[in-house]
Amino acid sequence: MFFRTVGQFKTSYRKDQALFPVRQDAVLLWVILLFAWVVFPFTASEFTFQTLLIPILIYSLAAIGLNILTGYAGQLSLGTAAFMGVGAYACYKMITLMPWMNPIVAILLSGVFSAGIGVAFGIPSLRIKGFYLAIATLAAQFFLVWLFEKWAWLYNYNASGAIQVPNLKSMGVYVAGPQASSIVQYYVVLGVVTFLTIVVINLTRGNLGRTWKATRDMDIAADLIGVNLMKSKLTAFAVSSFIVGVAGALFVFMWRGAAEPNLFDIPLSFRILFIAIIGGLGSILGNYLGAILIVGLPVVLNTVPEALGLPISSATVEHLNIMIVGSLIVFFLIIEPHGLNQLWRLIREKLITWPFPH
Amino acid sequence: MSLDTTTDSYVTPDGRTIGGVMMEMKNITLRFGGVVAIKDISFDIREGEIRAIIGPNGAGKSSMLNVINGFYHPQEGEIWFHGKKRGPMKPHEVARQGIARTFQNIALFNGMTTLDNIMTGRLTHMKSGILAQAIWKGKAEKEESEHREAVEKIIDFLEIQAIRKTPVGRLPYGLQKRVELARALAAEPKLLLLDEPMAGMNVEEKEDMSRFILDVNDEFGTTIALIEHDMGVVMDISDRVVVMDYGKKIGDGSPDDVRKNQEVIDAYLGVAHD
Amino acid sequence: MLQDIFINPFKDMIEAPDFLMQVLWEGLVSGILYALIAMGFVLIYRSSRIFNFAQGIMVVFAALTLVWLHEIGVPAWISLVLTLGVMYVLAFGIERVVLRPLVGQPDIILFMATIGVTLFLIGGGEIIFGGENKVMITEELGIPTGSFEFEPFGGFLILEQKDITAVVVAAILVVGLLAFLNMTRMGRAIRALGDDHQAAFSVGISLSQIWVLVWFIAGIIALVTGIAWGARAGVSFALEVIAYKALPVLMLGGLESIAGAIIGGLMIGMMEKVFEIYWGQPLMGGNTETWFAFVLALLVLLFRPQGLFGEKIIERV
Repeated sequence: MFFRTVGQFKTSYRKDQALFPVRQDAVLLWVILLFAWVVFPFTASEFTFQTLLIPILIYSLAAIGLNILTGYAGQLSLGTAAFMGVGAYACYKMITLMPWMNPIVAILLSGVFSAGIGVAFGIPSLRIKGFYLAIATLAAQFFLVWLFEKWAWLYNYNASGAIQVPNLKSMGVYVAGPQASSIVQYYVVLGVVTFLTIVVINLTRGNLGRTWKATRDMDIAADLIGVNLMKSKLTAFAVSSFIVGVAGALFVFMWRGAAEPNLFDIPLSFRILFIAIIGGLGSILGNYLGAILIVGLPVVLNTVPEALGLPISSATVEHLNIMIVGSLIVFFLIIEPHGLNQLWRLIREKLITWPFPH
Repeated sequence: MSLDTTTDSYVTPDGRTIGGVMMEMKNITLRFGGVVAIKDISFDIREGEIRAIIGPNGAGKSSMLNVINGFYHPQEGEIWFHGKKRGPMKPHEVARQGIARTFQNIALFNGMTTLDNIMTGRLTHMKSGILAQAIWKGKAEKEESEHREAVEKIIDFLEIQAIRKTPVGRLPYGLQKRVELARALAAEPKLLLLDEPMAGMNVEEKEDMSRFILDVNDEFGTTIALIEHDMGVVMDISDRVVVMDYGKKIGDGSPDDVRKNQEVIDAYLGVAHD
Repeated sequence: MLQDIFINPFKDMIEAPDFLMQVLWEGLVSGILYALIAMGFVLIYRSSRIFNFAQGIMVVFAALTLVWLHEIGVPAWISLVLTLGVMYVLAFGIERVVLRPLVGQPDIILFMATIGVTLFLIGGGEIIFGGENKVMITEELGIPTGSFEFEPFGGFLILEQKDITAVVVAAILVVGLLAFLNMTRMGRAIRALGDDHQAAFSVGISLSQIWVLVWFIAGIIALVTGIAWGARAGVSFALEVIAYKALPVLMLGGLESIAGAIIGGLMIGMMEKVFEIYWGQPLMGGNTETWFAFVLALLVLLFRPQGLFGEKIIERV
């Protein structure tokens, strides 16, 4: 009875196309936004910020980026981490070459660089499809990580080969580096992620989203009804890589504080892919749900056994984590290939009719 | 009646106007490696008419539609559209010229609803750039509503209101065919290509589909070229017929003319070729 | 600069032909091992259209099982047999738990399921076997560990006997596999399945049986690869990364061709070594073997999307 939609008529196409045509969905969203913007910042501990809130947001954004390419446009990519790296290193170079630039602007601009590289590595998708394309994206993944290591200019010839985030201010407040407070960084990440999520929602609900889905579902038919496949695919690579690049810059500048080239290696690519798959390919909400699961799981595995008095070494926790994620992937693919997003929709359908059976 | 191939238009007995030549295929030859799918075929399609392409299985009819679509490029021959010779074009460019199509095996986008599938048909008419779409409010939203209105007209026309929001993968075959037709109509094409629109349908469904095809031609003036196996349908609704067999043209004229053509009868009865 | 790229490497090759032969030999050996892994992929793909991402971890798992059994006191050859048994159980388990529920799903879903299996085996393997590097029980298996020395062109060439053994065993495996596929009833059934599931059904072929068999054969291949590679480089989870190299091999050779896998493997093995030694190390700081194979395969695919051996793809509407 909470989710009764009877009686809510949409009286114009505009209303039907609205994001949340059902009032209960809108209410739910406002509650979530309230928690995100008001409740959490004032009640969360340092630990919660650093291990849960901030990484969940950043991983969600990266997964949204990947989802555009793989879930909406149907181009499987295994190189997400490398493009995050491009964003991170681009941001680092901008910060160090132009220290007067506002760091948040730098973070957003770094997406432009990763978008450019993304389009370049996306050109093969015009000729190569499916698994072969996935392997081609591995070329980008391995080559870029090698480049991050060998091209010393990227890390300012630092002897350790790593980049360190310096203290950076925006409008008088420290937003990055050891001096920045978690709550400030949280707001920056939340702001960027919210903004880009809105942009992606807009892009996917209109013509571009349909064009991408047509490219994914049956590219020959799409071609024949007027879709310029080249433009469609390259736009997907561009938008996707932009977002992934920004996520990469946030990853280093707003969370980890430092980075080595192997941070952006294949395991990170797979982690983002799992978030997108378990969350639900072709959805936006799913990425958030997937990130909550993937980020939350090791935390749960670490804290719960301790709380129950069962000692498990942290190495074992790590291995268990990997095993569970693997099983979850298989589980979801068997039970609900459309991921947590679809599970939520099914729950919602049930809620609409509850307490009646249909 | 004998038609002369000039640009003069004429009025049919049931009151429709058939215009001059819209599309002309001249000496088209299409080969796949050693196999000759289409051999030196020429025919034309006049504006406003319903042109049937018939022939036994494997005659090359679908390949001919693919050539018109720009999906296959003939090794020899020319295609003339609205009096201009057409250079080698990509399929999406051909689509933008006003040629839309349905497919023998349904080619709907299974990850989308009926409504979204038909909206993809409006693609060639939508103008908002990526920036406008990212902002949504204002230009993009307005355009979306306008095209939604156009699509709803077609949904009404084809009587598929109830399945608007259903994912097309869940629809029964007959309805999927109707949605595919709706998607093609949404493009407001000058030339509509239908590849076996009645395949797999029972008598009632065929009557419905025939009615829709005639209505489309009547109300919107759309020129239609269709491949069809049901002879009754072909004789009933088409103005002119092209007959293909083994990649060659063996008949071209009004349904009555073609029906009496001995070669055509032979082809269908399976008389051995020399 | 141009001289460095286009002239010097070849000069170096000609001036020290014995070294070139050494490099080519090393490349050949890795190439054979890539080819073996690729063959495992091809076998599974041909019979089920599943791109088995877990092939790499199966190599590691097989090697680890073998070493662990020996560590706890089981004699070498019995360990080998037992490990084969473990691979069979693994194949059976994967078919039951993962493949059967997903019959008929699109290829990409099955591919991702194999990624899930990979993770499960990595995590599980680390817990069962521990993560430290281990030593392959090369001698205990009777594999000769000396080396042959040659002096071609007045220079120096060393061929390790275990590498030669690996090449020979691999060749036997390949011939055996091809014979099996082409001359036995089961083998023909596997090929039939690859062509058309439905038709295979109608002839009375049991899908489950075939899949267990195919994954078991892939397991055998994995074990041989694990032994050969472990003997060269030690046994650890780092081995899994080598399996990634099989992917460009598949791109070159096509997903369906055993011959393609072999030739592709040899090509990639040798070319990446040659590139690394003569261009990578002198000019680019080295370590190019992480990406060279992929970039090479990518370039080939750009010109021939079906790979070197695939059939030209004709799309139909």
